[in-house]
Amino acid sequence: MIKKLLRSVREFKLVSVLTPLFMIGEVVMEVIIPLLMTQLVDNGIEGNGGAGDMNVILLMGGALAVCCLISLFMGFAGAKTGAKASMGFARNLRKDMYYRIQDFSFANIDKFSTASLVTRLTTDVTRVQDAYQMILRIAVRAPIMLIFSLIMSFIINVELSLVFVAVIPVLAVGLFVIMKFVHPVFERVFKRYDTLNNVVKENVSGMRVVKAFVREDYEIGKFHEISGDIYKDFSFAEKVLAFNAPLMQLCAYGGMIAISWLGANLIVFDGTLTTGQLMALITYAMQILMNLMMLSMIFVMVTMSRASAERICEVLDEESDIKSPAGAPASEVANGAIEFRNVKFEYKKGSGKYALSDINISIRSGETIGIIGGTGSSKSTLVQLIPRLYDVSEGSVIVGGKDVREYDIETLRDAVAMVLQKNTLFSGTIKDNLMWGKLDATDEEMTEACKLAQADGFIREFPEGYDTYIEQDGNNVSGGQKQRLCIARALMKHPKILILDDSTSAVDTATDAKIRQAFREKIPDTTKLIIAQRISSVMDADRIIVLDGGKVVDFGTHDELMQSSAIYREVYESQQKGSESVDEAAAAIGERGDE
Amino acid sequence: MPARRRKKALDSSAMMVKRGGPGGPRAVGTGMKLDPKTLRRLVGYIFKDYKLRFFVVFVCIIVNALAGVAGSLFLKELIDVHIGGMLEAKASGLTPDASPLVGALIKMGCIYLAGIIAAFLQQRIMVTISQGVQKSIRDEMFEKMQRLPISYFDRNTHGDIMSHYTNDIDTLRQMLSQSIPQAFSSVITIVSVFFSMCILSLPLTGFVIASLVVMMMITGKIAGKSGKFFVAQQTSIAEVNGYIEEMINGQKVVKVFNHEKPAKEAFDELNEELYVNAREANGFANILGPINNNLGHLQYALIAVLGGVLAINGVGGMKLGDIAAFLQLSRSFTMPINQIVQQFNFIIMALAGAKRIFALIDEKPEVDDGYVTLVNAKVGANGDIEETDEHTGMWAWKHPHGTGGVTYTPLKGEVTMNEVDFGYVEDKIVLHDVTLYADPGQKVAFVGSTGAGKTTITNLINRFYDIADGKIRYDGININKIKKADLRRSLGMVLQATNLFTGTVRENIRFGKLDATDEEIVAAAKLANADDFIRRLPQGYDTMLTENGAQLSQGQRQLIAIARAAIADPPVMILDEATSSIDTRTEEIVSKGMDSLMNGRTVFVIAHRLSTIKNSDVIMVLEQGRIIERGNHEKLISEKGRYYKLYTGAFEK
Repeated sequence: MIKKLLRSVREFKLVSVLTPLFMIGEVVMEVIIPLLMTQLVDNGIEGNGGAGDMNVILLMGGALAVCCLISLFMGFAGAKTGAKASMGFARNLRKDMYYRIQDFSFANIDKFSTASLVTRLTTDVTRVQDAYQMILRIAVRAPIMLIFSLIMSFIINVELSLVFVAVIPVLAVGLFVIMKFVHPVFERVFKRYDTLNNVVKENVSGMRVVKAFVREDYEIGKFHEISGDIYKDFSFAEKVLAFNAPLMQLCAYGGMIAISWLGANLIVFDGTLTTGQLMALITYAMQILMNLMMLSMIFVMVTMSRASAERICEVLDEESDIKSPAGAPASEVANGAIEFRNVKFEYKKGSGKYALSDINISIRSGETIGIIGGTGSSKSTLVQLIPRLYDVSEGSVIVGGKDVREYDIETLRDAVAMVLQKNTLFSGTIKDNLMWGKLDATDEEMTEACKLAQADGFIREFPEGYDTYIEQDGNNVSGGQKQRLCIARALMKHPKILILDDSTSAVDTATDAKIRQAFREKIPDTTKLIIAQRISSVMDADRIIVLDGGKVVDFGTHDELMQSSAIYREVYESQQKGSESVDEAAAAIGERGDE
Repeated sequence: MPARRRKKALDSSAMMVKRGGPGGPRAVGTGMKLDPKTLRRLVGYIFKDYKLRFFVVFVCIIVNALAGVAGSLFLKELIDVHIGGMLEAKASGLTPDASPLVGALIKMGCIYLAGIIAAFLQQRIMVTISQGVQKSIRDEMFEKMQRLPISYFDRNTHGDIMSHYTNDIDTLRQMLSQSIPQAFSSVITIVSVFFSMCILSLPLTGFVIASLVVMMMITGKIAGKSGKFFVAQQTSIAEVNGYIEEMINGQKVVKVFNHEKPAKEAFDELNEELYVNAREANGFANILGPINNNLGHLQYALIAVLGGVLAINGVGGMKLGDIAAFLQLSRSFTMPINQIVQQFNFIIMALAGAKRIFALIDEKPEVDDGYVTLVNAKVGANGDIEETDEHTGMWAWKHPHGTGGVTYTPLKGEVTMNEVDFGYVEDKIVLHDVTLYADPGQKVAFVGSTGAGKTTITNLINRFYDIADGKIRYDGININKIKKADLRRSLGMVLQATNLFTGTVRENIRFGKLDATDEEIVAAAKLANADDFIRRLPQGYDTMLTENGAQLSQGQRQLIAIARAAIADPPVMILDEATSSIDTRTEEIVSKGMDSLMNGRTVFVIAHRLSTIKNSDVIMVLEQGRIIERGNHEKLISEKGRYYKLYTGAFEK
């Protein structure tokens, strides 16, 4: 896992290596400084037989100052490189994940929820970045400091240094026990936070329902319960953590007293220790404890970021299952003919639950094909196989005479334009959105496509016309307008095959008919596949596919199907009885308003 | 939908908040200044419930800080008095007496022990306080949110509201449990250390203060720089998050359009910007540590030299122990100052979050001056309506009068609107002069284009919004006089956005009537035509629904929503038929469910199906907030007006 993540360090390798080096430099200086202090006191202030030696004081003082400056420089450099390394690492991580997601197939996207992908790219990266910086700057520094300080104190006096040997294990065991207790509780707390946030989210978006049913108090009760659980768990965890500081102080103060006593004895009775050395030792003692504390902090942070690192790796590890074929893939789609040969498809490999089975269809280039069928009859699945948004499980899909898997993916998808059922516009002007279809489109091309999609009219009525700003998700245009913009965007590609997946459901029937008429007249050579719930949207197609339970049950013209297909007839009749949708017609009339 | 019009009115502000989004504490927009009002209010929470505890914490912090100072001062005693004394004794040929040292060490041990106990108590109590305050703020926020009018949720994006519960509370937690106690203890340490230093040596203290001023100046400069970049970083984070969210939401569209390359390029640009800002912000923040640290060292060295000079020359009676103790103190002096500086940015950020939380808590709640309530009723012996505690199935409005009398009006479900005007924003009226009558059991259909005001009208009946002018009466009572909860209880609602909650199917249906038995739930599901499919779910009625019932189809979700409304069994229903495409068969099942729900009730339906419209007693054709035609299907057809155009338009070939 760590290896995988570290691959994103790349150009920040140098700073990533330099940072700990600088930190080590700083540490060395910080270790030398107390040594110089000892010299200053012993040979300077107490030197010259207790009268004090001004020269030594100045010399040592100067050396001290130099060391401080070096340490300052090292610290400064380490700070800068550390920030650069960790922020750069985060940038690369985000980039790698984002790029990886861009390469995801539909199946990959389905596996992760949108919200989880967003969290992984944001919060999780931040956690890992902070942990990385911590490791570079402190995780290297603290143990080295610890070891240096220990060595130094041993050099000064072995007997006194044994105090540390006694204290450190006590501290380590104490910290270990605390962590052992706290970690599972923290994990639970984070899960509870998810629940709490979910309750809030559902309430914010479902406030009308809550109010309509007068369930405010009920929801408050629900919230209190979870909030109380968090309070309990969190308090417990933090109370256990509260042992941390007193434990530290216990060891620190205990050590101080021991050193004071032993040190005094050594100075007075054995004469093996000088006062200056004792002072230095006490300084080292402080440093040792400080760094142990740092280490425990790092430990907490790293464990907390471990979950995030795992989630990031999941994204990085996800292999796109649809790739352009190796070698020389076909780079041109000859025409818009489509053939399904013995196609079977399952969303989960090996599940045996076939969303599509025994599909054998042949569509001529330029034909208009209607597709109709109930929810769950796999209409969308069928058409999504054409631009290779999913790969067939068995059989083959042939476009323009070649298996779709032989094409370069970009070539194939440029030739097949698809308007998805759940479609999105992006924040930006209408022009920006249309340019998705063709990056270097001219104004004329845009107008042309919009005219075909019957969108030109309403666009021109906007005060800013084609420069009208579309909010995220197209929230400031009506459903019917959004659908027509999406169709226009697809038309910009001048595709050989055009697929509309229930893309005119919010467009009134009259306009819907006009769109189809425009298709017939203006792009006769494009193969058009139209999925619809409304029978009127497909009845004038050349042929109509009736899907049921993932199988093609009927395929023919409207008249043929009226004769032969029970399902088709049933749908037709039920819609003629008047469960037709009228509000879109109203919308259309409303828009035309005062004509 | 009215949402569209509203959006336009609030366009500019909406754009601004939208970008904020969730993710990361937001920029300290107001500049780097402490906000005393927010701080005072926050402290108020602590004092409200934890006065005694807080006092104990206060004492503990002082004890702990003093113990630390005592430790530094003890060094002087150790070196000058004990070691020095013993050495002198030894030098003059006497046996050094270690017993004073033992005594001093025991005394010191006691002081240290007191400090440790104080630290322990302080930490434990602080946990209770910070978690407790957090819980009360969180709970208060949620309670308050439940009381806010719908318009609040129109004005604020969901992401923004959510971030109060996540980011803002989280920074608050860190501030309460870490920053404040630390800053507090730092201040106490600083003060006590300062006095100790003064006792030891005035000239050296003067020197420490002077170097401190230099340190503060440098720190202030750097903090200012880093602050600027932190603000920039927060803006960048918001931008990157916003972009990621939008792109990942539309990822499938990106694929279909081969748009990966431009999507990557745009991302790279934002990502790079974030990197630069984050690098600068963190770089500056990082150097604070080493700078202060080494300035501390430098100061240490200078004090040593200065002290040495003073000691050698015997100025001010300085002794070696004094220098040692002073050096120790000077470190304990600079460290807490460093800590305060480091916490400062954080406290400001947390206070900004607290300010946002308080803003939510201070929002004006939904006003409810209603006094007419809905009660269980029965027909008494003399034929009058009486109030009863039992659930009789009969309801009445209890209407207390100023004179002390109470009248009971049976709940029938008659709704009238009289010359009603309404606007979401004050000066922009979207409904004009709406008048309508619905007798009990009548079905009223609203027809019209998007934005004509259909949903708006229904939102006025249950008082999601209050009208600007005119009167709405329910069973002859002005709805402003009815308590909102009781009014809404008498109205059922099935909205287009189904909003199911995390929980089992059973729990979701029970939402409509909390004390419903399992049998009632099944009965409601049967009425809604939902029983069939629910039984076919893996765990039947106990199937867990998550993410708004993501595992169900749109039609199935709607059926559960219908069952949820059915179980409440209200006399008046407000229905919003789904426009989204459900296939014909499912739609038939759903409409059967809807139809049985409408049976025998007064119904307001925002209609999309012709069959619903045709079966309505009265159809209101709305355009631009006005009722332009009304009547039943035949009448409207014969009038050959807008409705006729609509009706025929829908079928024109």
